[in-house]
Amino acid sequence: MEWLRAWMLPPQGSDFAAEVDTVYMWLFWLSVVLFLGIAYAAIYFSWRYRYKPGRVTPHQTHNTMLEIVWSAGPLLLCVGIFFWGLNGWMKYSVAPGESMEIQITAKKWLWSFEYPDGTRTANEIHVKLNKPVRFVMTSEDVLHDFFVPDMRVKADIVPGRYTEVWFTPTVLGVHHVTCAEYCGKGHSDMQAKLVVDNEADFAKFMETGGTEWEDYKTKPAEWGKLQYERKGCSTCHSIDGSLTKGGGPSWKGIWGKMETLNNGQQVLVDEPYVRESMMVPAAKIVKGYEPIMPTFQGLLRETEIQGLEAFIKSLGNDPNGGPPAPTVLALPPPKPKDQAQAQ
Amino acid sequence: MENAIKSQTRIADRPRPKINYLNATHGIWSWMSTVDHKRIGVMYLVGVLGAFFVGGMFALLVRLTLLTHDHMLFGRLLLTADAYNRVFTLHGVIMVFLFIIPSVPAALGNFVLPLMLGAKDVAFPRLNLASFYLWCTGAILAVVGMIFGAIDTGWTFYTPYSTTTNGTVTLMTMAVFILGFSSIFTGINFVATVHKLRAPGMGWFDMPLFVWGIYSTAIIQVLATPVLGITVVLLMLERVFSIGIFDPKLGGDPVLFQHFFWFYSHPAVYIMILPGMAIISELIPTFSRKTMFGYRAVAYSSVSLALLSFIVWGHHMFVAGQSQLATVIFSALTFLVAIPSGVKMFNWLGTMYKGNISLETPMLYAISFLLLFAIGGLTGIFLGTLSVDVHLTDTYFVVAHFHYVMMGGTVIAFIGGIHYWWPKMTGRMYSEKWGRIACTLIFIGFNMTFLTQFILGSRGMPRRYYNYLEQYQPLHAFSTVGSWVIGLGMFMTAAYLLASLRKPMDAPDNPWGGTTLEWTTSSPPIEHNFEEQPVLTKAPYDYRPETVAH
Amino acid sequence: MEQQFDTSKIGMWLFLATEVLLFGGLFVGFGLMQARYPQEFIEAHEHLQRPLGALNTVVLLISSFTMVMGVLSAQRGDKKKVVMFLVLTILCACIFLGVKYFEYSHKFEEGLLPPRWYHAQSTDTVRDAAGNVSHGYGTFFAFYFMMTGLHGIHILVGIFLLSWIAVRAHRGEFSKAYYTPVDLVGLYWHLVDLIWIYLFPLFYLIK
Repeated sequence: MEWLRAWMLPPQGSDFAAEVDTVYMWLFWLSVVLFLGIAYAAIYFSWRYRYKPGRVTPHQTHNTMLEIVWSAGPLLLCVGIFFWGLNGWMKYSVAPGESMEIQITAKKWLWSFEYPDGTRTANEIHVKLNKPVRFVMTSEDVLHDFFVPDMRVKADIVPGRYTEVWFTPTVLGVHHVTCAEYCGKGHSDMQAKLVVDNEADFAKFMETGGTEWEDYKTKPAEWGKLQYERKGCSTCHSIDGSLTKGGGPSWKGIWGKMETLNNGQQVLVDEPYVRESMMVPAAKIVKGYEPIMPTFQGLLRETEIQGLEAFIKSLGNDPNGGPPAPTVLALPPPKPKDQAQAQ
Repeated sequence: MENAIKSQTRIADRPRPKINYLNATHGIWSWMSTVDHKRIGVMYLVGVLGAFFVGGMFALLVRLTLLTHDHMLFGRLLLTADAYNRVFTLHGVIMVFLFIIPSVPAALGNFVLPLMLGAKDVAFPRLNLASFYLWCTGAILAVVGMIFGAIDTGWTFYTPYSTTTNGTVTLMTMAVFILGFSSIFTGINFVATVHKLRAPGMGWFDMPLFVWGIYSTAIIQVLATPVLGITVVLLMLERVFSIGIFDPKLGGDPVLFQHFFWFYSHPAVYIMILPGMAIISELIPTFSRKTMFGYRAVAYSSVSLALLSFIVWGHHMFVAGQSQLATVIFSALTFLVAIPSGVKMFNWLGTMYKGNISLETPMLYAISFLLLFAIGGLTGIFLGTLSVDVHLTDTYFVVAHFHYVMMGGTVIAFIGGIHYWWPKMTGRMYSEKWGRIACTLIFIGFNMTFLTQFILGSRGMPRRYYNYLEQYQPLHAFSTVGSWVIGLGMFMTAAYLLASLRKPMDAPDNPWGGTTLEWTTSSPPIEHNFEEQPVLTKAPYDYRPETVAH
Repeated sequence: MEQQFDTSKIGMWLFLATEVLLFGGLFVGFGLMQARYPQEFIEAHEHLQRPLGALNTVVLLISSFTMVMGVLSAQRGDKKKVVMFLVLTILCACIFLGVKYFEYSHKFEEGLLPPRWYHAQSTDTVRDAAGNVSHGYGTFFAFYFMMTGLHGIHILVGIFLLSWIAVRAHRGEFSKAYYTPVDLVGLYWHLVDLIWIYLFPLFYLIK
């Protein structure tokens, strides 16, 4: 009945997934059998013993043996299921020593990941196929929850302490990460991609943030638009001029504008300003807005910053988007020491 | 089926009294100042059904917003994310605190309990009225809170989000606090009533099972609700004064809130289901015309559920960051608490076996309960199993599970009970034809709506989500259509019940042939319930021809 | 009548059970926080004024005695004595609240408050690398104020209840045959005293 399992459950992305699915399907069939038994009894009795005037019903008050049987039987079944679930869960609770440790900092409404060498990414994470990975997580504000359906793992992320989750991915490709503890307006937008790579692709990702950007070398604004959606900018900044409560200024038509800050100063919206707004958002706050934007220092690679600038430029003063920016995406030459910083 | 009803009118040979509890006194003040448990029950019924209507409307709105991936309907955006979060929160708060917790005990329990015991009223009639006014106060505060910004925290108010978000959190938790006292006072009243006001000849094991259920519920109400009280007080102190016990920046622990909250809220779900089961224990023997099978087993199971309910709260927190030892213990205890519910199920089926069954509307609701609660209970097993719960918790699987037990369980039983005691309360019979049609619609609609949600959950759709992946849209759409079918069934029910009130009072004293004491008085009862103090001479549910009264 | 009296008593005992659970939550919370901050709690409790706490304990014990005497007098139908003992009980309650006022003022002056407003004391030893005191000290006082405050509110409610039945007793509403309200308020008062008997050592005495 693999088709049924595949319909009811996500693809099996980790070694746990198969175990969890086995228990799930077994419980499913057990439930079906028990339910059909109860339903059959209720419906059959209603028909077989339907009302006939004058019929006398037997005065059956109780049957102690039956009570014992249908208490002890389910109890034994439950004990069995308990141990089966416990067994799977125990394996899941202790990460192997050789796991790669990745730190997660969750905040409204963004996933920030940090690798052992200090590399940081936002809303996207790459891990190695068949190698255990352990996530050590904390929150900067409220409760969040790291849920990867394909891997069958989930754990709350609590501010003020660390919680953990681990798994060994067994399938290459993109898996969905979703926040599973209500955290406010952007809760259902708090998604991330978990990409399972082979050794070669993983190494490439760590160096450059992946190779995807190369396809967009001559289309920087499109690359920027992807980052706009992936890095969480879209949660607070619109591109059609609309404003949402608790959000930031719309990007529509701001390039080249003279913006007024909350201290009365005027500032031009150009490349340095946009870059600073991403790295040190609290430095300049536009009038009428709160200083709540988190910093993207370390979370955006150089190509991604350039792409975003090109994208904002393309939203120009022209409602239809304006002429594409003439620049081409280019990585700065690699500097081994501060690669983690300049990314 | 009309034969089934007519043949039971053996007791209704006496003339209907002209004065009953409804027309004994007139005017709105006579109702507002009443201490008659029957009038208070009726007022509660109107109140909780009003709350059910509001909560239900919010539910339809939630489902409508999820119908399409972009939340648009006829070219217009239905709700923004912010508004959506408020609507599902209010749906939960209203349904849990204003509707389902008071529903059976305060509306039906108040009306039926003293009659079943052969008493004139409850132990503390004035306290009873106070409970009702506390409910009204809580309701008014909740409405005010809704108007002035509402809340978006989810009905569970988890910290630190609830202590830091804007909205009328303090006002709503104040409403919850007051509603808690309404519940506590009802609990105190019922425990005292059952202990002290039983008719002569009625020992503990001569009481109807409905009384056992309400009594067990009352124990939980008295012991668990104060913990909710202190929890919301702490939440308010945290929010208003930053007292610091849930805020990690001030040395507090956000997970502590969850322990406090669920220590009440798990027993609370047994406050919700025990009265529902209590109703089923009345409906099944009556409409099977057969003695209740396993009376003592069912009575003991009610009390053991009440007690066991206090030691499983941590199963709501398997992934919340509690200790591993706690997680293991709570999982084991959760399996234990499943057993008494199963015992009841088997005993109900055992009662139907070799019965003489007629399928009037209350019995259709009882059978619906058996099927829907079975699904709800079985899916609870999934959630108690640790390895599987990690995947399923905080997803739509949980949403489906609790709707099956709370709505498919309690609400179905509640509606069945309303139909069962409708002739006693109003003196009229409702339309049996429309009753059966509406029950069928509700049953079908309910399964359409919520069976789908098990699949959504197991496929990874988290709960309290405004935006969702495209792949879930067809299931969401199907679930939404199901909600319309439920809505249709509910409106139909309201319509024919209200329509019955326009008929003259012609219901017999005992239309169903019940054997409990409420059926020995008139429909509707006189003000003081019984003309003479009834003395119990036989056990309930005794259908042997030699003991059935003539 | 007897059935009604018994029934009322059951009602009151059930209500008292709810009070135990209400405070119980706070006791559990205190216990958990003490386990988290053992050293801070020990040091913090040194700032409490034990003589005043002890005085309040004695005052409440006396008030329970006068309450018992009040109930006894009601059983005997002695109206004058009922009123006298109720008034004495109220007096003790007022002294209790007065002492509490002094204690609270002292805490406010010294900055012995919940974490958000706590002023570090020179004797606080548990600090982080930057020299900030641990939140455990403030947490102790958060519980101190919450629990003694909730208790104080119950004393205040008790004063109103005692006054109400004192007035009713004065009006001659009670007799040997009917003194239920006096008995019930007595039960309530004893619980309030009992809660203090737990609070006092918990906060003032435990090492």
